Amino acid sequence: MSEFLAYLIVGIATGSIYALAAIGFTLVWQTSQTINFAQGEFVMLPAILVLLAVKLLGVPIPVAVLIGAAAFVLIFGVGFKRAIVDPMLPHGVLPLAIATMSLAIIMKEGAKDGFSAEAQSFPSPFAADTVSILGTAVSVQFIMIIVVAFASIAALQWFVTRTRTGRQMQAAAQNPNVARILGIPVERMVMLTFIINAALAALASFLISPIYLAKFSNGETIGLFAFIAAIVGGFNQVRGALLGGILVGIFDSLAAAYVSTSYRLAVPLALLVLIILLKPEGLIGRKEERHV
Amino acid sequence: MTAETDTAPAALAVRRPGGRIDAALVTILAGALILWFAPVGMGRYGTYVLTLWLVMAIAVMGLNLTLGVAGLKSLAQAAFMGIGAYATGLLTAKMGLSWYPAFAISAVATFAVGLVVGFPALRVKAHYLAFVTLAFTSLVWLFLRNEQWLTGGTFGLPNIPRPTLLGTRLDDALSFHRFVVVVTAALTLMIWWLMRSPWGRAFLALRENPVRAASLGVDVRAYTLLAFAIGSAYGGMAGALYAPLVEFIDPSPFAISASFFLLLMVVAGGSGYLFGPFIGALLGVVLPEWLRFTGGLYLIIFAAIVLLLLIVCPKGVLGLAEQALGAVVRRFRRTS
Amino acid sequence: MRNWIIGSALAALALASPVAAQEKVKLINVSELSGAGATAGTNWKNGIDLAVAEINAKGGIMGRQIEIVHYDTQTNPANTRAAVQRAIDEGTYAVLGPVFSGPIGASMQIAQRAEIAQFVGGEAANLTQQGNPYIFRTSLSQTAAMPKLAKALATDVKAKSVAVVWVNNDFGKGGRDAINAELAKVGIKVVADVSTEQGQADFAADAIKIKNANPDAVFAYLNEEESARFLRAARQQGIDKPIWGETTLLGAKVIELAGDAANGVKGHVGLSVDAPMNPLRDFGRKFRERFNYPSDHNGIKGYNAVYMIKWATEKQKKFDKKGVADTLRGATIKVSEEPGILMDTTILKNGDIDRESFLAEVKAGKQEIVAVLPPVGP
Repeated sequence: MSEFLAYLIVGIATGSIYALAAIGFTLVWQTSQTINFAQGEFVMLPAILVLLAVKLLGVPIPVAVLIGAAAFVLIFGVGFKRAIVDPMLPHGVLPLAIATMSLAIIMKEGAKDGFSAEAQSFPSPFAADTVSILGTAVSVQFIMIIVVAFASIAALQWFVTRTRTGRQMQAAAQNPNVARILGIPVERMVMLTFIINAALAALASFLISPIYLAKFSNGETIGLFAFIAAIVGGFNQVRGALLGGILVGIFDSLAAAYVSTSYRLAVPLALLVLIILLKPEGLIGRKEERHV
Repeated sequence: MTAETDTAPAALAVRRPGGRIDAALVTILAGALILWFAPVGMGRYGTYVLTLWLVMAIAVMGLNLTLGVAGLKSLAQAAFMGIGAYATGLLTAKMGLSWYPAFAISAVATFAVGLVVGFPALRVKAHYLAFVTLAFTSLVWLFLRNEQWLTGGTFGLPNIPRPTLLGTRLDDALSFHRFVVVVTAALTLMIWWLMRSPWGRAFLALRENPVRAASLGVDVRAYTLLAFAIGSAYGGMAGALYAPLVEFIDPSPFAISASFFLLLMVVAGGSGYLFGPFIGALLGVVLPEWLRFTGGLYLIIFAAIVLLLLIVCPKGVLGLAEQALGAVVRRFRRTS
Repeated sequence: MRNWIIGSALAALALASPVAAQEKVKLINVSELSGAGATAGTNWKNGIDLAVAEINAKGGIMGRQIEIVHYDTQTNPANTRAAVQRAIDEGTYAVLGPVFSGPIGASMQIAQRAEIAQFVGGEAANLTQQGNPYIFRTSLSQTAAMPKLAKALATDVKAKSVAVVWVNNDFGKGGRDAINAELAKVGIKVVADVSTEQGQADFAADAIKIKNANPDAVFAYLNEEESARFLRAARQQGIDKPIWGETTLLGAKVIELAGDAANGVKGHVGLSVDAPMNPLRDFGRKFRERFNYPSDHNGIKGYNAVYMIKWATEKQKKFDKKGVADTLRGATIKVSEEPGILMDTTILKNGDIDRESFLAEVKAGKQEIVAVLPPVGP
């Protein structure tokens, strides 16, 4: 039993990483139907930018973190929206999704050629200690990731329901035409979600990289799992992303433990396919309406 | 959610019967003739890249049918290619079968698997279908890698023989290239014929407006499934050519990233157009090879070109070409 | 102003032309510069670049400067085949690379048909078992390293049971198959056989699984950053049994990334910049100066490959492509003859190589050589 609990706990810890990457993914989907296949690279790059700032400018880490985050939000929040999403969105979901694949290649290859093909260690803001939860060692870093994942959801929820800007943002996401008539600056609201997405990605990057190391190829795994987590959670629900991420993490951990390590990816995928076939709108997602 | 319809532009088959049908036919035959002679003086490398282009174009053609016609966002095409490649590789290299029956078995097997996997397509839509097919591709890839007793696992399957024609094995680059040209032309003609047939017209009605098609008596389920299965079989046939072309296969070219890349080729070439897959595969296969002269940054340059191309023409190269042609025709009519 | 531009252009031409007129020897490297093998392939490439720069600075091979070109394989068989075919069409003197076994398998027949020597970084056992006389390894194969390791686990650790954790690609699977066979021979039981994914980020579940199997020792056969992640996870989950590995696990990069978690790790090291031999240490210093990070074994392999070509060319005293392979088969290259080979190396008839190797341990963040193991052959 304690063994099972141990797998469950490490599953939740890993799952919260996927969840953190998936939250921004669903947020951007909600407001502008953007499937960002570069989401994994969005989580990979900020840490690389920080290390690059340290290397090139010789600034201390906290300053480099600020520079890296600012540069990332500017280029991959505002710039991404302006240069890629805006011109492509009117032409439907798929061309834009494909464009983000190209963007992913550019980011990945750019990080490799511009910085390093090697994994790099990344300083942790937290102590490298572990605490024992029901006999399982869990690192403080993981606990902080779980805390941050939940806190971001809570903060987003609060922002959307309790603040004026947040309500405007939600209205812009749910029905842009009506929102526009009501005088809500829809464009600005959509831009806001891209900025929030970039900021969340940077946050995830700074939390994950001390554990997983900073490497140009990290986005592949994280992006795939974030995509899976978002779908399982229902795609149009930010809360769903959290649930989806943690479920995927738990399935993955239990599969490695009790089924087969060489087929570990197969187990969560097969289970999730079953869920989707039985409940096609996702676990807590709304049914999407179909236009004729 | 309007994604099903907005990704499907016009003109896989031809709206106006008559003149343009012949244009498509003439293009196929002339293209085959040009490609027959193209590699002369090109060297083995150039010939190989041309052949690889055609093989990938067949796989993209299949996905074009699934996506551009049936509107299904499938991430399974690389898996079907893998099934076809491994079936052919195992049957010819390990069991000593001739390539021709192996090719036929690969096509039939992927058609059948396509029916089974496509079935969920009737239950789930849009990104859920993407997820189900993504899971399928991952499972196939894991199987290919893990079941070493059958597939050779990560070490791959070496020494896959080239097909034999009239008693001679097509070992040299040029004769195998010509063989692939003929197969590709035949498979393109089949799609061309399919889109002109009553089936094709049902496909088109389905793409333009599934709900209206259903009310007009088109069996949406059956036709969607059929389009998916035919598309899958094209993936399998591409795989059956890929294996003897490279003479070696391992699981890596059939991973999920390859499925994404095939999707990229469909969209960049022009989803729904008969010749879109050739343009798409040209971009996906030949462009990176050609860009090698730029040195270490060639993949970044490649991705930037594709990105810019998509921003300029989100409907793909042929979508842009059609728009430009339409504008010219309109201006011509106005002035005359 | 205008005269100045024309003047400097002429000057540049005048400077450039004698170099252009001089005959060069063209070497093409085909390695994994993107995709799953990018880290290994980039190290391999950097090792080659270092060797080429050194040789060219000292006047080239028999007076000819080396012109090096790198082509990427994307770690994909079809692209590898294209790149190797291109290299041969462009008249490369020898083919350098690739490093991963899959890409090697897809391209080795082409070099064989063209009768051009191909120097690969792959360690999988099967590469040299197919009777291809043109393929040459640049490191010990897994079949050479694993018996030494199994013996050490049986005699030094006195282990009765071992947990094997490996990365499920050609490198890891080959190593896992080889070590499991050797462990069986010395009567050690494998109590946990844990496959992990390339690029896997989280090893907590794997570490718990190994801990629960309660082995006498752990054998880890993973790529660099996965090794580091595994070591951290193993220490976090309180695995206090000896952790053993091969070359990679004791590499400078793993030690740097894993920090304290690497201390106490032991294993066999085929090629190491920390070996107690001056040529290897000098190489490590030069590599670090040029590329700002420590070389792993793939860097040494790429470096060695170029010097093997240089040695064979000077030995046969002509630029004969086929002759490179013929000269190398069965040859022994001594450091006293060619310092760039770094260690005395014997090339077997099938393309395998034989040379000394080391037993090492990580102490206080440094790899220390515990023992020098003799070559397998006489």
